[in-house]
Amino acid sequence: MFSYYVNLALRSLRRNVVLTALMIAAIGVGIGASMTTLTVFRAMSGDPIPQKSHQLFAVQIGNWDPQNRRDYGREPDGLQPQLTYMDSMALMKSHAAARQTAMYVGGFALTPSNPELRPFQIQSRAAYTDFFPMFQVPFRYGAPWAAADDENHADVVVLSAELNDKVFGGANSVGKTLNLDGHDYRVVGVMEHWSPTPKFYDLNNNQFGKAEELYLPFTRAIDAQMPSWGNYNCSGDIGEPGWEGRLRSECVWFQYWAELPSAESAARYRSFLMNYASDLQRAGRFRWLPRTSLRDVREWMDYQQVVTNSARILVLVSFSFLFVCLLNAMGLMLAKIMGRAADIGVRRALGANRYAIFSQCLIEAGVIGLAGGLLGLVLTALGLWGLRVLLSEEVGRLTHMSVTDISIAVALSLTAALLAGLYPTWRAGQVQPAWQLKAQ
Amino acid sequence: MEIRPILSAMRRNKVGAVLIALQMAVTLAILCNGLFIVEQRLSLSSRPSGLDEANVFILTNQWVGNPPDLKARTQADLAALRSLPGVVAATVTNSYPMSGGGSSEAVKLNPDQKEASATTALYLVDEQGLQAMGVKLIAGRNFNADEIPDKAGFDDQVPPTAAIITRVLAGKLFPGQSALGKTIYVQFQKHTVPIVGIVDRLQVPWVEGDSWAADFNDNSTIEPFHYFGGYYHYMIRTQPGQLASVIQAAEKQLYKLNRARVIEKSVPMLEARKIAYKDDRGLAIILVVVCAALLAVTAFGIVGLTSYWVAQRRRQIGIRRALGATRNAIIQYFQTENFMIAISGAAVGVALAVSLNLWMVSSFAMARLQTGYAFVGAAVVLLLGQAAVLWPAIKAASIPPALATRGGA
Repeated sequence: MFSYYVNLALRSLRRNVVLTALMIAAIGVGIGASMTTLTVFRAMSGDPIPQKSHQLFAVQIGNWDPQNRRDYGREPDGLQPQLTYMDSMALMKSHAAARQTAMYVGGFALTPSNPELRPFQIQSRAAYTDFFPMFQVPFRYGAPWAAADDENHADVVVLSAELNDKVFGGANSVGKTLNLDGHDYRVVGVMEHWSPTPKFYDLNNNQFGKAEELYLPFTRAIDAQMPSWGNYNCSGDIGEPGWEGRLRSECVWFQYWAELPSAESAARYRSFLMNYASDLQRAGRFRWLPRTSLRDVREWMDYQQVVTNSARILVLVSFSFLFVCLLNAMGLMLAKIMGRAADIGVRRALGANRYAIFSQCLIEAGVIGLAGGLLGLVLTALGLWGLRVLLSEEVGRLTHMSVTDISIAVALSLTAALLAGLYPTWRAGQVQPAWQLKAQ
Repeated sequence: MEIRPILSAMRRNKVGAVLIALQMAVTLAILCNGLFIVEQRLSLSSRPSGLDEANVFILTNQWVGNPPDLKARTQADLAALRSLPGVVAATVTNSYPMSGGGSSEAVKLNPDQKEASATTALYLVDEQGLQAMGVKLIAGRNFNADEIPDKAGFDDQVPPTAAIITRVLAGKLFPGQSALGKTIYVQFQKHTVPIVGIVDRLQVPWVEGDSWAADFNDNSTIEPFHYFGGYYHYMIRTQPGQLASVIQAAEKQLYKLNRARVIEKSVPMLEARKIAYKDDRGLAIILVVVCAALLAVTAFGIVGLTSYWVAQRRRQIGIRRALGATRNAIIQYFQTENFMIAISGAAVGVALAVSLNLWMVSSFAMARLQTGYAFVGAAVVLLLGQAAVLWPAIKAASIPPALATRGGA
């Protein structure tokens, strides 16, 4: 019976090509617009590390006078999203979490061994070795540096796949050296391609940008005075001049993450942080009530308002557009079905019950939905291409459809078409056979 | 035109009429909010930066390692750049408008103030700075060559000797009085800095639509320093038409002086503008496309549904024609019908548009919609309806009166 209805639906759709095309186009365009924006929105707000997002926590410590708030900033509670050097070091020394890392983004000038080539810039991240297992960084060659390298301020680096391709032609470069700002570093590992979107572990600096090209021990980067290329914030007291003064200042420029596998360990860490801040209050460094915060990945993304207003506006507009397309398809379907009232009357008179009419019309709507969905997918691909052309490279990185996005598109268009078909179909079921036959 | 028969005919097609009216309402709401955002983003992205954009370019320089002779190297570079043919002026600077990177500082009028008087972007340039930027000095004077101390890196806490601020910042700090000769505390908050000049306009580095710096877009402070460090920008202004040739010569000349450096790319200010506003312009284009598609969908929906109504009423139309109605009367019938539907749709639409905007004001920090937009939107939707209904109406008018006598539908 189902295939017979599908057959009937196709015949009926062929009978009025213009109306059919209009309905498919309406649903297709609506799906195309809404899926284009939804894909970007999902990429912006999606969980970048779903296996562990509840075990990874960003740490905040209120080291600034809460009364001394600046007149901007996106943090609603006035806490700073980054830490000072002093606090980062104190927390690292305590080893209170299963894994932890302080980190910051900076850069070097790399001088190639071939004297013909000009030096070039590399964006680099200073971190502790826990960074790699914490954020599940995959390795192509070698491995993260050892914990001892952190303690010894060792001259070791881990390269991104892209940098390894660029400098070593993709070969296994473990054991080779790189000259960064006149100092040699030994390669201990090369990552597989890895670039979580959004870059949740450092949302302050280029949140949809690529992951850094090079990683080195935090302790070594501080020795090398690797300049911060990220957000560097001071309030009032900027400390003594020079690098040492910077390290002793209340300026915040380090991201700090802790891995806490269970709810108990998170609770313990929370009270550990509060104790730490209370001690500092007693010691006189904080002349205000101790404030700390621990947020997991999803909470952190909400707190840092990862999704831009532009993206929200686009989603709102495109879904309203889909709604208009739905109303449109509904009107057309109504016209089409009511135009066939006479046919329906004959079928009813010949013994078809309401249910049969109902399912026949609904299948017709479903066929339109599927066709509209396919058209919508093509238009979504086109729309995403358009976004890549029109928007910055950063946002362009968010324009790739996943399998989930495709299934959402198909499901959405089917639902849309069926919703649009529901009322016309119900009306079809209401057709009185006797009345229609008499009218003929 | 008799309205009553139209109403009673509509009563038999209630759902169809409601569907069209609703479509028009939502279309109107999106249309005027969408175009309002487009207008805002476009005017945002055409704000002047204050620089002589057509003739200024930026050359970002990073030294390899931490050479001890940074000052000498920087001075040699500057001398070379200034002697290139076609160069009007050149300076070192820590940042530039539309770059997206720089320093924002609290400005205070006395050091014990808890709440800052204003937030400002800080630009550090030398005696050729104003000329290299091409900003317009509207009061006071430029920096003198003898009041420009050295500053080795942004952290170097050398007291600044003077400041030139923008007109907007001056108005914010000293409303109703001249800022010239007054003193402020900025950056390290340890030293008073006298204001020696006021420029008409100089934007902060962060200008794009979603920027966190939107509140102080025109608050800039220029301080005189011979600034040098591992990483900084040369800002170079050329004679008109010489930009491209100077860019080429400049990079070559600097590499000739010293190879141990990285020059990522020289960026003309017009290029920097394109990059800074790419997302705002992109959003505007996307919204225009969506609005156009929306109008098309709504128009075709009206065409489709009205055509169906015409087909349904062929016989009645034939009878009316046989009874003496002119073609125009038939066309007018459908136009009036559509007008009535559109008017109710537009009424709902205006309300929807305003509430949508109010919601966006509260959740996206959007500006309030000017009511003009809603009425222009309503007019557009009404005209759209009339245009869309024309073709089916003309088809209806061409139904021959003879149809009435033939009996069949």
